[in-house]
Amino acid sequence: MRSLFEGVPARAAWGLVCVIVLLYLAPLVFGGYVLSVLILCCYLAVLGQAWNVMMGFAGQLSLGHALYIGLGAYASGALFFHFGLGPWIGLIPAFIVAGAMGALIGWLGFRFGIRGVYFALLTIAFAEFVRILFDHWGWIGGSSGMFLLVQNRNIDMDAASIANAFWTLRGPNWVFYYVILTGMVACLVTVRLLMRTRVGYYWLAIREDQEAAQAMGINVLRYKLLAVVISAMMTAFGGVFYAFYNNTLYPESIFSIDRSIELLLGVIIGGIGTLFGPILGAFALTWLGEGLSITQEWFDIAGLKLLTYGVAMLAIILFRPAGLWPWLRRLLGMEERRPDA
Amino acid sequence: MLPIEFYFDAAIKGLLTGSVYAMLAVGLSIIFGVMRVVNFAHGEMLVAGMFGAYLVFVTLGLDPILAIPIVALVMFLFGVALQRGLIDRFITAPEHQQFLVLIGVALILTNGLDMIFGPDARNVQVPYAFASFEVGPFFLDNVRVYSAIAALALIALLYLFFNHTLTGKAIRACADNNRGAQVVGLNVSRLYAITFGIGAACAGAAGCLLIMVIDVTPHLGADFTLLAFTIVIIGGLGSMTGALLGGLLIGVSEAMAGILIQPSLKSSFSFGLLILVLLLRPNGLLGKRSS
Repeated sequence: MRSLFEGVPARAAWGLVCVIVLLYLAPLVFGGYVLSVLILCCYLAVLGQAWNVMMGFAGQLSLGHALYIGLGAYASGALFFHFGLGPWIGLIPAFIVAGAMGALIGWLGFRFGIRGVYFALLTIAFAEFVRILFDHWGWIGGSSGMFLLVQNRNIDMDAASIANAFWTLRGPNWVFYYVILTGMVACLVTVRLLMRTRVGYYWLAIREDQEAAQAMGINVLRYKLLAVVISAMMTAFGGVFYAFYNNTLYPESIFSIDRSIELLLGVIIGGIGTLFGPILGAFALTWLGEGLSITQEWFDIAGLKLLTYGVAMLAIILFRPAGLWPWLRRLLGMEERRPDA
Repeated sequence: MLPIEFYFDAAIKGLLTGSVYAMLAVGLSIIFGVMRVVNFAHGEMLVAGMFGAYLVFVTLGLDPILAIPIVALVMFLFGVALQRGLIDRFITAPEHQQFLVLIGVALILTNGLDMIFGPDARNVQVPYAFASFEVGPFFLDNVRVYSAIAALALIALLYLFFNHTLTGKAIRACADNNRGAQVVGLNVSRLYAITFGIGAACAGAAGCLLIMVIDVTPHLGADFTLLAFTIVIIGGLGSMTGALLGGLLIGVSEAMAGILIQPSLKSSFSFGLLILVLLLRPNGLLGKRSS
């Protein structure tokens, strides 16, 4: 607990607690549409947080994170589809498969000294390669997709039914909301704690200057690999959630490069290399997108939404190149005290 | 077992399409080689070029090959304006910020085109669309032959520009040593604008050539950005001959994969090749060895 809030101004800590409590209370007030948008926000925040571990903290650019979403979704989805195993059991193979894939790509890339744009391209190449393989793999449905059975959308409100809904992830939307919201908070806490350990400081050192970090005796390969594996596992959790929330899986859409890009836009907009940047960015961009969707329907012009989205992104990066959170944090006076100050 | 002519036929088709791919990739390679900026909107610029050629064909009735000067000039001006107004501020910014800027530009281009032209596929039917040359046992489509010749001629022109004109040499000086170029008094910002313009013009010209072979829709861009990237990495970033070699190689490997295995698996060939090259020769087949 101490290391969670150490150095954080009291008002920031209270503010955070209030926001989280409000988010937990949201389903009492909102249902239907608003709740489904909130689910999307939290889902993207989880993915963003995962990507941020790798890029924001350890400085390794990945443009192929859709690979880990897809692997997580298909690992758990296939187990459910073929053997009826639930999501929480499916999470284990999802972690293993995504982590192993991350380790493989990381090892190949870092071992051969591939960095920056080249490494990013390697991640895209693997994601696309796996997408094409999955498109031709009959056991998981290939390009015609895999569909998970949807059942008990409405559940009885007794403890056993609710527990069952959470355990099987088959139930109304608020069940999914609580799962992904808790996932988001868990990711936040995990990353916060990680960044207070030796590993976190090693990552920052590697991000700032890899040669210097190596000269200081940090095993650069090991810690970069660790960043990729942790990031891949967190992303795979998002993938498992995606599988059970959407119930339809197509390699074409789940491994698509659009998905890899979608999840990192929020992080850059929110503030790369910060804890709350990914969350703020995910909420801001999702609501912006939803607002624009409505406007687009209103005016009935296809393409208006994404065009404005592009303009908004350019505006934010022009005026707040470090992202929204560092600016907002200063505005609210919630800057963290440096441990050495 | 297919007759041997079949493979030759596919290889030749691949070489012809590959030259157009090379034209596209050369633009990306020039921009990265000089400015160290990855143009994530390159495929979208190609699509803009395709629509440009379509527009010229519909309004003026001009053959897409003859439309190249017009489309290339417009794309050049667009590239210069983009560099001057937007990208110049991010030249020294971290990679992820440049990435976001160009993704924003790509989104605006794609959806702007969508708003103007709608999502339907459009094509250009030239009078010689179904004619072909007969060379020995092979039939070569006129369209592919002409576009390959035009692409190779344009690449040769660019080669001459970079090796035999003062501006071209100055741009290469910026690429080799940015600070050195500034010290000897080159106007780096202006040269960058020209470079980005040339890169965009390459994409535009490639668009003119490609519209004769495939239909265009506003959302093709991302795939071609990826294709251009693959080619450039395989050939070697910043090397024009590398981009040419990479383009031909990808063209042939796609055509071969189309007949050897399922056509839907054809891009796995390119990505497999890309992974191999990245691991074994990270600087590309013809790239400079950097320390």
